[in-house]
This record gives sequence, structure tokens and C-alpha cells, in this order.
Amino acid sequence: MTPKRVYGYLAEFESASALYKAAEKVRDAGHKKWDCYSPYPIHGLDKAMGMKKSILPWLVFCGGSLGFLTAITLAYTTQVVIYPTVVQAKPANIFTTAAFFPIMFELTVLLSGFTTLFGLLALMGLPRLNHPLFESEQFARATDDGFFIAIEARDPRFSSEETKTLLEDAGGSNIELVEEPEA
Amino acid sequence: MSHETTIQKDPNKPVIPVMEREQLVLNNRSYNWITERICGILENKQPAIWWMLFIPSVLIAIIGVGGGLFYLVSTGVGVWGNNNRAMWGWPIVNFVFWIGIGHAGTLISAILFLTRQNWRTSINRAAEAMTIFAVCCAGIYPMFHVGRLWMVWFLAPIPNANAIWQNFKSPLLWDVFAVSTYFTISLIFWYLGMVPDLATIRDRAKPGLRKLLYGIFSLGWRGGNRQWSHYEVAYLLLAALSTPLVLSVHSIVSFDFATSVVPGWHTTIFPPYFVAGAVFGGFAMVLTIMIPARYIYGLHDMITMKHIENMSKIILLTGTIVGYAYLMELFVAFYSGAKYEGAAFYFRLAGPYWWSYIAMMGCNVIAPQLFWFKFCRENLWVVMGVCMAVNAGMWFERFVIIVTTLPRMWLPGDWKYYNPSWVDIMTYVGTIGMFLTLFLLFLKFLPCINIAEVKWTLPKSDPHFDDKEAIDDQGTEAVAPYQHELQN
Repeated sequence: MTPKRVYGYLAEFESASALYKAAEKVRDAGHKKWDCYSPYPIHGLDKAMGMKKSILPWLVFCGGSLGFLTAITLAYTTQVVIYPTVVQAKPANIFTTAAFFPIMFELTVLLSGFTTLFGLLALMGLPRLNHPLFESEQFARATDDGFFIAIEARDPRFSSEETKTLLEDAGGSNIELVEEPEA
Repeated sequence: MSHETTIQKDPNKPVIPVMEREQLVLNNRSYNWITERICGILENKQPAIWWMLFIPSVLIAIIGVGGGLFYLVSTGVGVWGNNNRAMWGWPIVNFVFWIGIGHAGTLISAILFLTRQNWRTSINRAAEAMTIFAVCCAGIYPMFHVGRLWMVWFLAPIPNANAIWQNFKSPLLWDVFAVSTYFTISLIFWYLGMVPDLATIRDRAKPGLRKLLYGIFSLGWRGGNRQWSHYEVAYLLLAALSTPLVLSVHSIVSFDFATSVVPGWHTTIFPPYFVAGAVFGGFAMVLTIMIPARYIYGLHDMITMKHIENMSKIILLTGTIVGYAYLMELFVAFYSGAKYEGAAFYFRLAGPYWWSYIAMMGCNVIAPQLFWFKFCRENLWVVMGVCMAVNAGMWFERFVIIVTTLPRMWLPGDWKYYNPSWVDIMTYVGTIGMFLTLFLLFLKFLPCINIAEVKWTLPKSDPHFDDKEAIDDQGTEAVAPYQHELQN
């Protein structure tokens, strides 16, 4: 038999409301490495879990600014510096800027969009092909109609007895110790 | 809702009634029912009607787009009947038509999301898919009109051997940027929105190829709140980016016309007129494909009559805006006293293409007026009829703009009657087949309704659903519980 490593405890909850209340209890118990799983985003759960706001908007702001600067550089360098041509009576100098607005707008949006996609994946720690939680049979319901809390073993306050009791007190059922095969 | 009636009102406080919200999912369905119903579409065998639609669509696409474009590339662009004054006839008509179809998808997913219109959740996935496929159909025309397809990279602003650069001051290059950005952002929006649902399918699949593929495309999604939290911010950002984008794309497409000096095109009303027309045509197309899909797959509880009515109302609104734009164009041609503008419009109304102007007016301005009446909005045959009329009418609108203007410049030698070539017709019909093929494949392989978001609209999804009794409601009637969090 392959040796196994404990990932953590997984507990199921009845509803979004039950999950919300349990999340407040786990937060107040001082746990850090844990998460709530639900088939749809539950608004307000961030507060119940004591989470900070996502930093994604700042990343996207930087990405968008980069796009804007790229557009200015691209349009100005090519049209005014490298290859100045008067077409449609539009001058080949700084006063042409107005004709570059659509390009600036589009590139700002484009780079913001890419930053959103890749920034999001980086922040979520995705993509990954597997995860210890997928070892749990009941966890498949997390994307259907199940509400779960998983507290990881690497949490400093994790203990096999107390964590289980905490989840039980919070109203969790089907409490399961999730183990992953040692790599 | 039975839940609401249990609230104990304080008799000392005045009761302020708040309108009860209509349920977005009927018959009090469970989460699992929603999953089963939507995933069932792609897990079970497709009904016979799917094959009856799919096989002809594929054939039309292969013969029309495949054959037409193969003939074009091997012979030359002259086979599109453009070697005359019209220069761009059907290619630009069809390009603008398909791009316009796409807009409703982005409008539903982005603008209705930002304005918290929860009814969008049942239709946004299919509408976004429609956007992607319509832009694919549109993209064919600019790509192939260059003739030598392998030179299409000349459109991109990268250093080339000729040491020349694209003209950034040209609306045609703006178009390249606008359309490619629009396609990319729509694709990201569509895909990211689908990741949680792909994970649902993955978790239901038996081990095998299917699980592997959906596993790869769902990126290992687990539905943890630490993921959802970032995910929702990303979705909001994409919606916020798409909203100005969707308005800009068709504005820029209209700049292709408006920045020229051609009478009938050189007008400031073009950007808003094109955007309203695009939304109008797009919504008609969403209804045209969703009403049959709703019927075939039994999605009545999720795509309710409320959804159809709401979309009908948007069609009525945008159709009326479009009608206003048509009349305003005529009025300006008359009132400005510009001779050439007046002549161009006289030609539109009374020239040899009068039939296209009548078709445009009848389909786009008169037909949607039926939606003033509730019984018309509730009769699916009427709704389908009007939407079909709008689809055709919006095609005629682009035909009127392009074909009634270009072939008649100011030398009598230019006044040839423009006719599309058979390759033009074949390719256009082919793109309809291609659009249907892609949409049918979408229905077969991807979740056509946003599972996670529909679940979110259920009243019991509110984390405070159980505490309703405990909340001091200040003597007001409660709105639907899922709205509660948004009001804080």
C-alpha cells in the first residue's frame, strides 16, 4: 500500500446559510488554511471567512496602462517617427493623436483582458490537473449541490481531535479525513 | 412565496409594500435538478431534431463557406461580384451583419450584469456563444477579401520586409484592432464564465476521455470561496471592460463609413445608429435560436416567459431607436439642403433598390411594434415571426447602406445595377450553415445555460435565507431574498 499524507478534514453542510454560519465559527477559531466550497459564489462569505479583497483590479490597472502606453508608442513611433505619411489630410505630427484614440482604447482593453485572465489564474493557483480534495468521493457534489468546508492539515491550529470537533459543532456532517497518496 | 409570509410584522410600524420579484427559476427546482437538466443535454443522446438540423447545417457550411472560399482563393477576389463601382458589396454587408449579431451576446453578459439584471443568467451563455460564432462568420470576409489569404498577416502592425507600416489613422486599421480585441475579450469572457460549469460536468463524468478533456478545460476548478472571490472580481472586470468595448466595436465599424466623404455615409448619427441596430439584430437572433432550444430541451423552467418578454421589450426599444435613426437620416438629408445627400436618399427611396428600403423599414421598424401588445410578446409564434423579420431586416439595412450608396457615384458610367455573384450568395448561405453548425455543436458539448449563476438566483442561495425571521424588516415587505446581499 502506498503511504498516504493527510490533506485535512472535509465537512459537509446543509445549505448556504449553514455554510455561512460555520465559516464564521471556523474564522473565529483562528484557522488560516481553509476554504468553503459551494456550487455558486455566495456573496458575503468573504466577510464570514475574514478574507481580504482581491488584488486583481490593481493588476488589471497595470495591464491596462501597459496597453495604453504600447498603443501610444506603436502609433506615434510608426506614424510620426519612422514612416510619416500624410493620408486623408491627417498630419504626420503630434496633432494626429486624435486619430490614434481608437487604437489606444482597443489596446488598453485588450491588455486589461489578458491581465484579467492570467492574473486570475495566478491568484487562484490554477490550472492544475489534480488536487488532494478530488480523492474524496463526496466532494464531487461541491460543483452540483454540496456545501463543504475543508480545513487543511498545514494550518497551524490543525489537530486531528479539535478540528473535527470544531466542524461537528459548526453543524458539519459526513466529516471525512482526506488523504492523498504520497508523491 | 411561502417563505415571505412567515415574517412577523411589527404592528407599530407602517408597512411599506415592495413589489414581489418574479421567480427566475420556476417550480421551486433544486440545485441538483438544474445540474441534471443542463448537463443532461450534453450527456444524453441528442434528439433526432438535432441531427435533422445538424446534417444540413454542416453540408451548407462545407459547400458554401468551404467551396466558396476555396474557389475564391484559387481564382481571385473577382469572383465576389465586386469588380465594379460597388467594390465591397455583399462581403461588407455580411461582415457588418454578422458583427452586429454578436453584440446582443456581449450586451446580455456585460451590460445586464453590471446593471444587476439577474434574469440574464439563463440566457447569457448561449448569447455569448452566439457572439463568438457570429464574429467567426464575420471574420471570414475581411480575411478573405485580401485575396491572398497567406498575406493576411500584413494587417498586423509588425515590422515587415517592405519597411512600411499600417496607417493607424485609417478606420480600416481601427477595425482590425476593434474586431480582434472584441473577439479575444468575448472569448475570454465566455470561457471564464464556463469554467465552473465545465467542472460540474467533469465531476459527473465517468473516468475516461470525457473526464480528461473536461478536466483539462475546467483547469482544476474546485469551487472554493478563495477561488470564487477572485473569480467574481475577474468577471466583474471583464464585464466592465466589455461594456465600452461592445459600444466601441460597432462605432468603429460605422467609422469605416462615417469618416468617408460619400453622401449617405458621412453622418454623425452612424455610431449610435449602428450600435442600436446591432443590439436590435442580436437580440432577435438570441430569441431565434433560444426559443427552439428551449422547446427541444425542455428548459421552460429556466428560460421563462419573463425572459422572452424582457427580450421582446428590448427589441421593441432598440427597433424604435433604429426607426428614429432612419427617419433622422431622411430628415437631415432634407433639412441640411445638401444636394448630394438629398440625391443619395432619393436614390435609396425611389431608385432601383427601393425594394430593399421597403424590406428594411417593414422588418425593422414596423414589425417590432407588435411588441407593444402583451399578447404578442406572449405568443411564441408571433415572437419568432418578428425575430425572423428583424434578422432579415437588419441584413437589408446593411444592404441599403452599402449597395444603394456605392454603385452610384457621380459619373453616369458608374450607375451599374449591382448584383451579387453566385459565389457571394454561396458564401453567405454557407456562413449561416457554419453559424448553425457551431451553435449545434455548442449545444452538444458545452453547458448552454450558466449552471452556477442560475443556482445563485434561487432564493435559498442567499446565505441569510434562514435568518429571515431574525431580521428587523422595518415594517416593509421583503424583496426576493437573493437580492438582500446586493442592497448592503
